[in-house]
Amino acid sequence: MSKVVFQRPHALTDTPFSYCPGCTHGIVHRLVAETLDELGIEGTTVGVAPVGCSVLAYEFFACDMVQAAHGRALAVATGLKRAMPENVVFAYQGDGDLASIGTAETVHAATRGEKITVIFINNAIYGMTGGQLAPTSLPQQVTQTSPYGRDVNEAGFPIRMVEMLSTLDGVALAQRVTVDSPKNVRAAKKAIKKAFEYQVEGVGYTIIEVVSTCPTNWGLSPADALQWLRDNMLPYYPLGVYRDVKAEGYANVAEAASARAQRLASGGDA
Amino acid sequence: MKGNEALAEAAIRAGCRFFFGYPITPQTELAAYMAKRMPKENGVYLQAESEIAAINMVYGASAAGKRAMTSSSSPGISLKAEGISYMAGADLPGVIINVQRGGPGLGGIQPSQSDYFQATRATGHGDFHLIVLAPSTVQEMTDHAYIAFDLADEYRVPVMVLADGMLGQMMEPVVLPEPKTDAAEKPWAVTGHKGERPHNIANSLYLAPERLEETNVERYERYERIKAAEQRAEEYLVEDAEIVLVAFGASSRIARSAIDKAREKGIKAGLIRPITLWPFPVDAIEAAVPGAKAFLTVEMNMGQMVDDVRLAVNGRRPVEFFGRTGGIIPTPAETLAAIERVAASLEGGAR
Ligand SMILES: Cc1ncc(C[n+]2csc(CCOP(=O)(O)OP(=O)(O)O)c2C)c(N)n1
Ligand code: SF4
Repeated sequence: MSKVVFQRPHALTDTPFSYCPGCTHGIVHRLVAETLDELGIEGTTVGVAPVGCSVLAYEFFACDMVQAAHGRALAVATGLKRAMPENVVFAYQGDGDLASIGTAETVHAATRGEKITVIFINNAIYGMTGGQLAPTSLPQQVTQTSPYGRDVNEAGFPIRMVEMLSTLDGVALAQRVTVDSPKNVRAAKKAIKKAFEYQVEGVGYTIIEVVSTCPTNWGLSPADALQWLRDNMLPYYPLGVYRDVKAEGYANVAEAASARAQRLASGGDA
Repeated sequence: MKGNEALAEAAIRAGCRFFFGYPITPQTELAAYMAKRMPKENGVYLQAESEIAAINMVYGASAAGKRAMTSSSSPGISLKAEGISYMAGADLPGVIINVQRGGPGLGGIQPSQSDYFQATRATGHGDFHLIVLAPSTVQEMTDHAYIAFDLADEYRVPVMVLADGMLGQMMEPVVLPEPKTDAAEKPWAVTGHKGERPHNIANSLYLAPERLEETNVERYERYERIKAAEQRAEEYLVEDAEIVLVAFGASSRIARSAIDKAREKGIKAGLIRPITLWPFPVDAIEAAVPGAKAFLTVEMNMGQMVDDVRLAVNGRRPVEFFGRTGGIIPTPAETLAAIERVAASLEGGAR
């Protein structure tokens, strides 16, 4: 008898991905879908697709899906979660969507402690529109709209999103992962699963940033793109857990916030 | 009851339990009322970070199949335009209140009707319409907020109640409708498929032009049904009128008193008051054309609805405009003067 060792997660439809060869969007989709399978929550989950290369995520995930305007995913997710507190709601967004046009929605959903899970694909570029400068493009990075390299005096500095969000009281889990190796893929999976578990437990807002590649617009082969990611992105965007209120010993963001407020009131560190 | 509060209470009685807003004058009392009442009704009042976020929260709650609304005033509605277009494109119901103030830009905070074009022509990008209701009394604010949710659910379109700062602040006695529950069946809602059906998707993206055209054609067929069934207008002394005024909302109240004064002076004036601005009550205008010698719109803007009246009259009669703008409410006396000018031009042999 043959044994199935690899099959499509139930939470992915059989629609073939529209992603370029070697693009890490596909891996992350799979990790999210495996998580929905393992937690048995596909039937109660609603996902929000962004505007960006993953705009068609609503065709790939088998759970109920909503397509949101560019940058508005977390406002839409807020509406969904407030309307259906018992359901699981996640948003899947690129760096242009989440960290540029949708910054206000991102920050405020986080500070409100919306019990949603955000999967943030940081590929340092606008993929869908053909490789323009992103808020996360690195200093000196050449893109279609920074042809001489990102000049930080002109274009400003790249945003370290999870670090920034980790200062907010509503955030239960803020972690940066990558998917460049089997080991890191396993770690990413663990983080994504934890984020969904925290949501189910009602701990608070959870965000997993996945340092990703865009071989097409970086003009590199998939393998070279992974190497470029290791050489250039990981030093600027270090992997790690930036906030985890449960690991700090709190049941949820409200407990963590009042402890922080007390610490500050008594002259301690945030 | 204050107009703004009547809008809020009627929405709650219509089964709306999700309100997303952002502070702006002159709709303030509406949001404040919601903030007080929603928690008592196990509903959600959420002050969003912007009007953009607020309308997208409505988009989310609506996609989940719930009755949801947002309210704002002119500059805030401009920010909601994107979300309204996406709602129309995804066939999501939802109610948007605009308590208008003067514009463009930051404009002023006094009452205005200068968002008529925005409401009826281009509330956002793309081929779509909203159903637009124009109350003229606090009672109608109540009635419109109440039926807006039914219309939105029935046709799967966003509905706008287009009020203004004068109606919002006005105190009048109202009869409140019976509370009802949000019971509309929404098999399309994204509530989690529970393994019982294929996944639902709320979406406005169609990369194949043929598919996008198809969805727009289907939507416009729905619009035709709306035009046939939902045109509403009130008539006042139109039967024997030679000069037919057309005015909606606050300015219709002024038009009415000007008409009474004109009648005292022997001028046969009457009023058609559009209650739905989209669909525009073309049937009421059509019916008045044979008896009328001229039409006169009275608006609190530089002349916007006059275009719709001209389209409906289609050159068969002269269509004049009188209005004040910038937050100024026309007086009955100056409106009467406008009627008299039209009457004089008719006597001058213009017919
Ligand atoms: C309001 C609006 N502005 C601009 C666009 C064009 N646009 C589509 S995708 C995109 C950027 C997407 O980049 P990112 O979020 O980084 O995702 P990626 O494609 O890299 O996965 C832009 C600017 C749009 N669709 N809507
Ligand atoms: S353009 Fe880049 S981000 Fe988009 S699918 Fe291709 S490789 Fe992936």
